Amino acid sequence: MKMELIQPFINAADAVLAQNLNCQTRLGHFTMEESAYHSKGVAAVVTVVGDIEGRIIFDVEPATATRMASIMAGIERQESHELVRETICELANQVIGNAITTLNDQGFRFKVHPPQVHEGEGMKSNEDTEALVMCFDTDSGKVFMNIAMHYKRRRRGEQL
Amino acid sequence: MEQFARVLRKDGQPLRYLIVDDSVFARKNLSRMIESFGGQVAGEAGDGRAAITEYGRLHPDLVLMDITMPEMEGIEAAELIVRQHAEARVIMVSSVGYQENIVAALQRGARHFVQKPVKAEVLYEVIKYVMGEECVVAKSATQGS
Repeated sequence: MKMELIQPFINAADAVLAQNLNCQTRLGHFTMEESAYHSKGVAAVVTVVGDIEGRIIFDVEPATATRMASIMAGIERQESHELVRETICELANQVIGNAITTLNDQGFRFKVHPPQVHEGEGMKSNEDTEALVMCFDTDSGKVFMNIAMHYKRRRRGEQL
Repeated sequence: MEQFARVLRKDGQPLRYLIVDDSVFARKNLSRMIESFGGQVAGEAGDGRAAITEYGRLHPDLVLMDITMPEMEGIEAAELIVRQHAEARVIMVSSVGYQENIVAALQRGARHFVQKPVKAEVLYEVIKYVMGEECVVAKSATQGS
């Protein structure tokens, strides 16, 4: 996976997490994984189709999800399990949507589908393609993004 | 949340909004902002198809419409609403804000575009711009939460 595909996700995660959580974010470790992905607890999966195809998993531990949902709702502790899920889903939507915006403005053409939320550490991706896992440190905890995408077509005017 | 001077209809009544987003969280977040502007949430919808029905039932002053949604996406819903109700004012609110998408939304009837994550001060200015002479700004600010 080329850096031109990855950098927009780093920039978007940094900006969106910082604004929503009102804190600085720090980019942690990167790893390449070839085996199926196991969720940390609350995961939103977004599928992309078009010039680039694949999926992105936005994933946090349950306690981190609760802390993030509380901050974003402006309350001490978010008790609604449904709203915790919704918050992670919306964060994923914003990070991935902003990254997709940058990639589209760079000439790639593709669409995103609405995020699907999965819960529990047992959730496992069902493909064995190589994926990049990025970790962001925030004051609420770690955010993991697992990106598995490949070129279907090059940008307009470019050749494969 | 920041305090804003209330944006009201010319008759002094609160602006009525229809909020369309498949995310409950996003709808709640926009509702809080609208209330901080002195507005009133007339209704909510979770997809484009429901938005068309709700618009016909509620006739709100403004629609805040997400783009990526199940059933029917926001741009198509905006187009159908404006086709049936030429006076409709639809503001697209989406994380997917690339140029082609914005142009498509504007060509198909939306009045403006706000990218997520939404900054309250940006949405506030866009609402005033879209309402134009159909709104007034009250002197007193609302008490935000």
